[in-house]
Amino acid sequence: MNTAIDLMNGAMMLSFVILGLSQLMAMVRLVIGPDTGDRILALDTMVINAIGLIVLLGIAQGTQVYFEVTLIIAMLGFVSTVAYARFVLRGDIIE
Amino acid sequence: MTLELFAVYATLFLLSVGAVFTLVAAIGLVKLNDPMTRLHAPTKAATVGIGAFLLASMSHSFALGQGSFHELLVLAFLFVTAPISANFIAKVNLHKRACDMPDAPKHDEMWSTLDVPESDRKIATEKNGPATG
Repeated sequence: MNTAIDLMNGAMMLSFVILGLSQLMAMVRLVIGPDTGDRILALDTMVINAIGLIVLLGIAQGTQVYFEVTLIIAMLGFVSTVAYARFVLRGDIIE
Repeated sequence: MTLELFAVYATLFLLSVGAVFTLVAAIGLVKLNDPMTRLHAPTKAATVGIGAFLLASMSHSFALGQGSFHELLVLAFLFVTAPISANFIAKVNLHKRACDMPDAPKHDEMWSTLDVPESDRKIATEKNGPATG
């Protein structure tokens, strides 16, 4: 049992590191991205990685108080991606 | 006890799967060299990665003995919205002529996402180069 829990904690730390790394990589794409589509995609990926970081924080602390936070960030991320895309496509968000 | 041990191992497995998929998504986002190819890496892999993290959170709460199914709601929301936002970003790529353009439609003048009003056409071509892309 104890080895399993140790292994799980190790995997959790590794996941924290990997999510931070992918957040940094998305930031690189956000800066160098040659076109608007790439920048929108990088921001969308960063929102999704942020959801993953919050979920991992919930696992690490053993609580479920972060559930609402993840739900709200998921909704905000989707709406903001669609708003960016619509602004590029139509020149306006709500016509 | 056995159930809790199983939940711990499931959490371990799901965390590893999520980490691998998230890393692959991020590498794809940085390394691939065409906007449409870049689009497909994170929108698929990151959804599976975050899905695995959410399932890991669920099985971890079962391991602690206070099981919950809340995370399924976030999971369903992400799985529904990820293709929609990917479709919007693909349309942005087409609109900005940032990728290989498809052939013109057979029964129409041009694709609707490229169909800018007459008054804006000059601005669109000035910004994005020649219309043939």
